[in-house]
Order: sequence, then C-alpha cells, then structure tokens
Amino acid sequence: MPTTMIDGRPIKVNDEGFLTSYNQWDEPLGAALAGLIGMQLTDEHWAVLRFLRSDYLERNETATLRRVSKVGGFDMKRLFELFPTKPAKKMAWLAGLPKPKGCV
Amino acid sequence: MTETILDHPIIPDFGDNPPPPSPAMGSPVRVPEPAPERLAVSTPPGRRKMAFIASKGNLDMAYPVLIMANAALGEGIETHIFFTFWGFDLVTERTMDDLKFTMLGNTAMHLPAAPGMPLWSGMGAIPGMTKLATKMMHKQLDDLEIPSVREMLDIIVAAGGHLWGCKMSFDMNGLEMDDLYEGVEDVISAADFIVLSEGAQVIFV
Repeated sequence: MPTTMIDGRPIKVNDEGFLTSYNQWDEPLGAALAGLIGMQLTDEHWAVLRFLRSDYLERNETATLRRVSKVGGFDMKRLFELFPTKPAKKMAWLAGLPKPKGCV
Repeated sequence: MTETILDHPIIPDFGDNPPPPSPAMGSPVRVPEPAPERLAVSTPPGRRKMAFIASKGNLDMAYPVLIMANAALGEGIETHIFFTFWGFDLVTERTMDDLKFTMLGNTAMHLPAAPGMPLWSGMGAIPGMTKLATKMMHKQLDDLEIPSVREMLDIIVAAGGHLWGCKMSFDMNGLEMDDLYEGVEDVISAADFIVLSEGAQVIFV
C-alpha cells in the first residue's frame, strides 16, 4: 500500500488512490482532494460527504449511490450533477473511504 | 523495509478526461449517419456506451438488465435499454409491479438457501407454485435491500439512463404511450435501435 503526499501530509492509500485509514481524513484534506480533480466543494457537496463519513462509521462499509439517495435523502439526479461521471467512486474518494462494494 | 512516500497523489480514474479517439492514419473521415432527431443523445467523443436489450419479462430476468444498466451509469457510461417482446412487461404499467418468477423450465432450479438440494423444475406446474416462488424471491430481494423493478427504473432514469420501447411489441400488445412507465423516452423500431446503438457494447438479456 503506497503512502502519498497530499496537502503536505503523508497519507496511506491503496493502489487506486483511495484512502485506507479512516482517521487520516479531515475536511481540509477532503478539500485538497477535490482540488486535485479540479473540484470546489460547496455546502451541498459537504452534506453528502458528511453523510458518507457518518454512515461508514456506523456500518463499516461505504454507502452505495442508492443508499446515499435513499437513506441520506439526496436526490439521485443531483448526485450525478454534484459528482459527475462516476459519482459513487468520486464521493467515496473525496470522503476518504474505500470505493463502494455493493451492486445497487 | 523502508517505506517510500510518493511525492504525488494517486487519483483514481474517474473518467472525466477520456482520451480523444485516435484517428486512424490515412483513413478517410466517415461521417456517421445522423440519428433521428428524437434519438439524439449527445455523447462526448471517446465515452463508453452500452445498450442493453431486455427481452424477458420474468422477475428473475428483469434484474440482470436493471442492475447492470445501473452499474454502467455509475461508471459514467452512456446507457440505453431497449425493451422488446416480454421485456416490454418491465415498462408496461399494468405488469411492471407484478412480474413473476417461475420454476418451470428453469433447469438450474434449486433452493437458494440450500444449493445442494435440487428441485425438479416441473414442480412449477403445480397450481400456486409460481405465486409461492415469486413471493420467496421478493422476500430475498427485500432482505438484500434490492429495489423493486419500478424503483430500479426510477434510479436508472435519474442517473441519466435512456429507456426505449420496441415498436413491434408495443403494437402487438395494443398499447398506448399512456400505458407505459413514464421514463420511457419513446417507442422506436428495430432499425432505430440499430442506429442508436452505434458504437455501443450491446448486451442481449
């Protein structure tokens, strides 16, 4: 597992770049990650990322897109707008979580 | 072992910047046949595209299409589903919430909870068996928190997936547009689908 420098800090990630240590993430790091892919996080983004973080803490599993929408109460269409192209993976990465495993 | 720290971050492939398709050297530029106006879906060059053909109307055969299409959308792939023949039941209002699972003709039949115990698929002919099998399948789907067919379609449409009805099935069933699930964009001919699926990976279910 590589360690990479992000925002001036050594961060443990897997080969794809997803963080492997829940506690190494904080919101400034999330903002730095967003910067790396040219995103500026708004309150709307943060609400989703905070849901993902707390849901992971509860279930020890990254929420799938459907769970974010159904349990978190976020509109599916909006999620695709907020985190375009690969929303589930993108939001998990930004939130410092493993990529989601569920099929739905 | 000393740990090396990479001085650069690793960014997963989010598919945001697909490489432009490499033009074949020296080959003439071909202009693809423009899709009919109502089928126009703008696809950035190089973006992956998948088209599913849903031809089965059984409950158990609805899910492979819906789950794969949903997964494709989550991967940023332009996704189309063409509902044809019995698959049309998935998007017909009067049938879509009441799809059935039958043991009949399913040679792979076994109890999901006891895969070692074979079940004779012919038992499906016993009156009430399809109802029972359907009920059991619904329970399993619920236990795994798998959405209903309607909710899966809602998700697919919200995620930007395109649903198309087959003109021939539509006519054979004597349907009107109002009889269809609202997410169906249009009813199109086989030829329309062939045009629309140009450049797509086509999966027949």
